[in-house]
Amino acid sequence: MLKLVGSAVCLLFLPLLIVSASASVIDNYQFEHPDQQARFLQLTSELRCPQCQNQSIADSNAFISEDLRREVYRMINEGRDDQSIINFMLARYGEFVLYKPRLKAETLLLWFGPLILFLLALMVLGVLLKKHRHSDAEAAGLNQAQQAELDKILGGKQ
Amino acid sequence: MKRWPLIPLVLFLVLSLLFYRALFQENKTDIPSALINKPLPEFRLSTVLNPGRIVTEKDIQGQVFLLNIWGSWCVACRVEHPYLMELAEQGVTIYGVNYKDGQDDARQWLKRMDDPYVLSVADKEGRLGIDLGVYGAPETFLIDHEGRIRYKHIGVVDERVWREELQPRYRELQKGAG
Repeated sequence: MLKLVGSAVCLLFLPLLIVSASASVIDNYQFEHPDQQARFLQLTSELRCPQCQNQSIADSNAFISEDLRREVYRMINEGRDDQSIINFMLARYGEFVLYKPRLKAETLLLWFGPLILFLLALMVLGVLLKKHRHSDAEAAGLNQAQQAELDKILGGKQ
Repeated sequence: MKRWPLIPLVLFLVLSLLFYRALFQENKTDIPSALINKPLPEFRLSTVLNPGRIVTEKDIQGQVFLLNIWGSWCVACRVEHPYLMELAEQGVTIYGVNYKDGQDDARQWLKRMDDPYVLSVADKEGRLGIDLGVYGAPETFLIDHEGRIRYKHIGVVDERVWREELQPRYRELQKGAG
């Protein structure tokens, strides 16, 4: 019974989850070509809202995100390419607006840190495994005295 | 085998320290301005008090001044306002950018609460704001006599901020200009 109530409650909340997961801001921007719209969606999802910081400007309702979306729209319509739009944002808001940081000296650790950590973890795992196997073998083997003792107990029944 | 159990503990302590710092770090939402040492962006905007008067960046440069981003909708600006009045009375030059605001609201605000600004330009669309890398209000820029942005403070300017962050730089720039 309790289980049933539980799943009913879960079901009640399921639509909420779905709604919040798909909630993103919809503007009324009209594009002449579908690929312009695709670029708009791509760019706005890669630029980070400077105010909220945990959302892209595509997802955020903040004033500033609204304005920045409008700027992206304007620049796409002016025929500017993606790089020049990104440069526009970089000049004003700095590296911070990029969800995908550029590869350079300051961001090397950011890009390769996880890989380094992973390799380190592999190394530690390797060392541990080796140690483990070693001590297992030691535990399984008997030394000469023990072997003699065992043979005596078994009394040559083998 | 005896050394290994200490490693998780050490890792835990290091991580705790990092998280603790991140949690209580001051101004963690500040992002460094990309515009430091860059010239003021170009603009052509009317002033809040006189819609017929057009002001450009060239009209206000040639002196050391503060450029304060404000709006009548901005609660923190209200908190900041009395201190800006105080600074203006001390002779600090402050220009305003009225950011994404209604002209009537802005005018009433200045009338009701007094006006610390030499003038405020009306940036209704927020375009100048974007060129300045503004993402909220209040923000305050320090501009040198050549019209270059030298410092940016995000958030309310109060006595501590003025004394510790802005005033030393303001004085330095004035000395350099004189």
